[in-house]
This record gives sequence, C-alpha cells and structure tokens, in this order.
Amino acid sequence: MIKRLFVALVALAVAGAGVFWWLTTPVRAVPVEPGAALETSGDAGRGALVFNAGGCASCHATPKQEDRLRLGGGLELTSPFGAFVAPNISPHPRDGIGSWKVADLVNAMLRGVSPEGAHYYPSFPYTTYAHAKVEDVADLMAYLRTLPQVEGKAPAHRIGFPFNIRRGLGLWKQMFLDTQALQDDPARSPEWNRGRYLVEALGHCAECHSPRNPIGGIKASERFAGGPDLEGRGWVPNITPSPKGLASWSKADISELLSTGFTPEYDSVGSSMADVVKNTAALPKADRDAMAEYLKSLPPRDGPARPAKK
Amino acid sequence: MIRRLVVAAAFCAGFASLAGVTTVVAQSNPIAERQQLMKNLSQAARAPGGMLKGEVPFDLAAVQTTLKTFADVATKAPALFPDNSKTGNDTAALPKVWTDKADFNGLWTKFEKDAVAAQASIKDEASFKAAFPVLMRSCGGCHEGYRAKKG
Repeated sequence: MIKRLFVALVALAVAGAGVFWWLTTPVRAVPVEPGAALETSGDAGRGALVFNAGGCASCHATPKQEDRLRLGGGLELTSPFGAFVAPNISPHPRDGIGSWKVADLVNAMLRGVSPEGAHYYPSFPYTTYAHAKVEDVADLMAYLRTLPQVEGKAPAHRIGFPFNIRRGLGLWKQMFLDTQALQDDPARSPEWNRGRYLVEALGHCAECHSPRNPIGGIKASERFAGGPDLEGRGWVPNITPSPKGLASWSKADISELLSTGFTPEYDSVGSSMADVVKNTAALPKADRDAMAEYLKSLPPRDGPARPAKK
Repeated sequence: MIRRLVVAAAFCAGFASLAGVTTVVAQSNPIAERQQLMKNLSQAARAPGGMLKGEVPFDLAAVQTTLKTFADVATKAPALFPDNSKTGNDTAALPKVWTDKADFNGLWTKFEKDAVAAQASIKDEASFKAAFPVLMRSCGGCHEGYRAKKG
C-alpha cells in the first residue's frame, strides 16, 4: 500500500515537473537560422528612429557619461524583486551583442528569449516589444551595428529567491506576455494607428505608467492609469484622459511635453521622464503628435488612489 | 585711553559679528528664494511655449525677455543651494545637488551660456523654433538627476 502511494507520488511529481518544464519552455519568434534574407534586410537610417522610439538608450547607455550611443549598460533598476542591471548591447563581440544575428535580437525583443534559449526578465520590456514588426527589429539591428563598441560586461542582476529561477519566467510569460502583432484598425486614422504602434509596441509607456500586481504583471483594467513607482521613488502619473490624468491636456500639450519636457503648467518633467523626452524629442513631430492622438483616445481610467502628500 | 580704545574696538568687532549674523539670518531662506526663481523660469517659459504650440503668435521681443530671465536666474541660482539648505521647506532638491556640486553648477553655467547665445541666434520664427526647444530641454537635464519625483 505504502509502496503504491509512494509510486503514485513520484509519478505525480514527475508529471508536475513535466508540466512545469513544458509550460516554461522558452518559445522563439523566429528560428535561430531563419535564412539569409532577414540577416541583411535592415536599414540603419530607419533603425535610428526605432532606437529612439523604443527608448533603448534610457536604460542601456553607460551611466555617468554624456554619449547616449555608448550602450555599455550598467544602469540599475531597483524593484521589489531585486536589482536588475541593464546589459551591454553595444556591438562589442565579446561583451556586447556584436556576435548576435538579427534573429537573436528578434527573439530577444519579441519573445524575451536569449540566443542561448533562456528567458529574460521583463524589466526588459519585451511585453511591449512583442508587438513590434520584425522588419523594425531588423532595422534596429542594422543601426546598433553602426554604434561604438563598448568594452566590459555589465554586472549580473541581483534577484532574490524564487525570482532568481529564470525558468519560472515561463509561467509569468504564460500569464502576461501577449505575442499578437498589432493589426492596424481600419476604422481609425493612419495617425492613430501610428501612435498606437509607437506607444504600445515601441515606446513602452504602459510599462511605467500602469500599476502592477504582486508578481509584476500589469493590471489590465488600470493600464496607463499610473501608480506607485516600481523603483520606489514616488508616484507615476496617470496618462489616460481621466480627470485624474490628462483630461485637461490638449493633443498639442502632450506632443509638447514629448518634445521639450514641459507640462501645460510650464513645469518641466524630471527623473526618468526627463530621459524619455530625450528619446521622443529625437522623433519627427508627426510621430509625437501621433502618440498624443493615441493617448487622448484611451479609455479614461481613474487608477489606484494616490496617497496623500507627506 | 588705550583701554577705552580697546573696549571700543571690541564693541565694533562685536557689532560687526552681530551684523554678520543678521546677514546670515536674512539670507537663511534660500529654499524659498530658489523656489521663487524656479517659478520665474516657469512663468518666463509660458509665452514662448505657447508660440511653439501655435497657441499665440510669434513675438520676438517676448522671446528675448524670456531669454534674459533665463540667463539672470542661471547666474543667481547656484548661490541659493548653501550646505544648510539640504532639507526642509518642501525642498525637492536631491542630496546629489551637494554631492555632485561641480556638475550641478556646471549645468547652470551651461544654461546661462546657452540662454545668452540664443539671444543672439534667435532672430525670427524659424530660428526660434530651432533653438528654443533645445533650451527648454536643458530644464529636464537638471530635473532628471537633481529634483525628487513628485508625489
């Protein structure tokens, strides 16, 4: 009897491990060897725009120096799960991503899967980039390859148990990674569709401007409605057209903030948003207007209650 | 006689130091002063900001007035962050202002130089639209690292 119970338990454990293994298997977007066409299809000029729209420099540029094109990594993002350190994505062959194929960058950005087939942490916002077009990633890679090689690897993440088990991220992805490509909505204007692509597939506004649940997933019902800063530095504003958000802002107001960093009250935004403005300021004005058009069209959401000022 | 002179000198010295103390007291609200300067900057940015958004017509004289305010504030501001003003009075200044003082002051110097240069380079609406946003972005350059996040 006991022997039978033991056998059943072992079988259950094995089955459980099997299911875990199956659920957490990293899934690529494109094969590792997708053929030569993808590898050479990128255009560095267009890639510069993708680079700015995606805000790559904000995390990957080497801190404490002025050149935003030196992508040596090292910036720390603190969070309730531990400290994430942005890696070196300069084209250095040993310390950066100089040895990567375009397909590797596609799998990293669209699925959060490394060239070795491991999960990345979603501090790298692939939950947003998952909606990007493969050709945009190819353009981005062409551009990244033109940038200076920076020597030196960034330090490893410092994550506590159980979040330090990368394999477990497969379960997280099952819950929070939506890999559907964005389809243009023909009922909307081309400007709105462009804006949605910039906000939802590249700009990753929602990654900071949304509250998250205890395991770090964005609360869909309060997307873009702001919330406590994950890094523990104050409150991230609501950017939906709610009275608690940007209801009183015109499209021009939003576009202006993305250009100069000034709010309609003529305060200039600080902390991490000041750096985001460096990215959006480098975009064509039409793209900033498109982002504003899309943000104005979001459903108004009040979001979590903001604590009283100290 | 000599004794009297000494006493008088001592008095003078006492008064001088007392006067010194009162000056310090008079200057001891640098937080409020610098907050007012920031508000002046914001006020000054309003008109050109409206011009950038196309809400008000371009006005070169108004832009020049704004640029003078920018340069003026930039020369006064660095002195208003003395070591005894790190906390209190709702200051949003981060400790980095004092730990990275050279960089912080350097940003003010650069802002002043840029504002003065813009007075010469901005001659019409086209040159305004090219140069002014760059100047406005330098506000964020400082707020990014030296001002606490709101809320």
